Amino acid sequence: MHPLIRLLIQRVVLGLALLLVVSVVIFLGTEALPGDVASAILGQSATPEALANLRETLGLNEPAIARYFNWLGGVLTGDLGVALTNGQPIAQAIGQRMGNTLFLAGCAAAISVPLAIVLGLIAVRYVGRWPDKLISGVTLATISLPEFVAGYFVIFLLTQVFPLFQPVAMVFPGMTFWAKLNAVALPVIVLVLVVLAHMMRMTRAAILNVMQSAYIETAELKGLSPMAVIWRHALPNAIAPILSVVVINLAYLVVGVVVVEVVFSYNALGQYLIDHVAKRDLPVVQAVGLIFAAVYIGLNILADVLSIIANPRLRHPK
Amino acid sequence: MKMPLSALLGLIFTGTFFLAAIFADFIAPYPLDAALGKVWEPPSATFWLGTDTIGRDILSRLIYGGQITIFVALVSSLLAFGMGSVLGFMAATQGGWIDQSLSRLVDLIMAIPSLIIALVVLSVLPISLTVLIVLMGILDATRVFRLSRAVAMDIAVMDYVEAARLRGERQGWIIFREILPNALSPLVAELGLRFIFAVLFISTLSFLGLGIQPPLADWGGMVKENKDGLIYGKSAALMPALAIAALAISVNLVADWVLSRTTSLKGGRGG
Repeated sequence: MHPLIRLLIQRVVLGLALLLVVSVVIFLGTEALPGDVASAILGQSATPEALANLRETLGLNEPAIARYFNWLGGVLTGDLGVALTNGQPIAQAIGQRMGNTLFLAGCAAAISVPLAIVLGLIAVRYVGRWPDKLISGVTLATISLPEFVAGYFVIFLLTQVFPLFQPVAMVFPGMTFWAKLNAVALPVIVLVLVVLAHMMRMTRAAILNVMQSAYIETAELKGLSPMAVIWRHALPNAIAPILSVVVINLAYLVVGVVVVEVVFSYNALGQYLIDHVAKRDLPVVQAVGLIFAAVYIGLNILADVLSIIANPRLRHPK
Repeated sequence: MKMPLSALLGLIFTGTFFLAAIFADFIAPYPLDAALGKVWEPPSATFWLGTDTIGRDILSRLIYGGQITIFVALVSSLLAFGMGSVLGFMAATQGGWIDQSLSRLVDLIMAIPSLIIALVVLSVLPISLTVLIVLMGILDATRVFRLSRAVAMDIAVMDYVEAARLRGERQGWIIFREILPNALSPLVAELGLRFIFAVLFISTLSFLGLGIQPPLADWGGMVKENKDGLIYGKSAALMPALAIAALAISVNLVADWVLSRTTSLKGGRGG
């Protein structure tokens, strides 16, 4: 087998194993903590009899390991159980909201990735001069802001100071694509701000790293224009690190999306998760938590895989 | 070495925030929970920053809120620091299965976003100050562990550590008397970054309604209380948001300066 393919398979299998361990942690970790679902539902004033009855109905008397495998089997076949608070199937509720979250995150990714790379290139082209300093200063400031603070600054600026947008992001099933796009404009701007800073700084660092090579000096000395040096000589060699930087930063969206959805009362997966943490609805939290963790781990594996594929030294082993 | 203006500004702001937190009882014009004015009054001579969603003085709540925010973030980052660095040094000096099992555990925790772990834990445990501090401390300790393990790995092979080993010093001596003093400067800059992370994390949790619970107030919770006013042009929610941003940026500036100083010192020593 080609060593590259073997390496890729190795990474993916390792990632899947990690995901399995994470599912154990999310399920059994909550079991190990004091208090259980039954006492969470009934509250502190529950009588011991009521607790015992509820534990019986919920199947909490079975050993934790058995319940874990039941749960895992359900997860793999798409059955996530029912929510404790309203008895509705969790998989159905997630299905309705998943699309909204993906739409929001997808828009943010589609804008932030090209923007980060272009800004990174500009910063490198004018390294140490005012465009570079301006971009670095602004991104340093946005890195220091938590997502919700950035969110309210943007809301205040774009709905009060310059009234261009609606402060609440609502999407309905019947809306046209453009109407949806208009509705999510503000949360997308916030997410882009949050992700862009890290992504751009790491892109800049990746290209600068390549710019120190001898062949870049040669290209400069033979009289190529600075943009041509970056575009033709630096960028092809920086693509591997840039790709993995971009994908790793997309993983930040997982956390960003949860908070931003709450800021804009956007009815999607993150909002659903937060609501049910407050209600102590453990099955919902476990299911949604596992989904977010899986996306995060998946993106990190993808970053690994992309950097392997983009690295010619690994593609043509001696 | 002269202190750059940005670091000086950062230091002044950070110092002001800390002093305001320590002497909150003396400088806050009104008590934390007294509804004295009308709802969402604009800034005036009586209420310097206006009033909040039920007519409480924002400046006073900001000062008391800063006390809680800074206290929780400081204790949890010190906890993270203590745990992370001692375990990191232990992993580096002991090696073997201790290093392996600690490092794999840290890999596992860092493979899941911190916020997701926190949400899962907080859906089971009661939300109290102790739970929040310990939870954030453990989540943050993973990053300190990685850094201190890497730093200690470099130091552990130095001649003076070898000499200490050969003259039969105990593990504790090697960690605290040989490695710690030499690893201190990168770790101090890290402490600043961990502190900011803790401020942002506890603010985010409180904003989501899962952090500091009323009647206590912290900055994230204050944003949550006042966020609905924003669409009517009431800027009350922006005050605590600005406070979070100002604290985070100023600590960042100081940490940046410490970091650049220690690396240039290292360069000066030739390695």
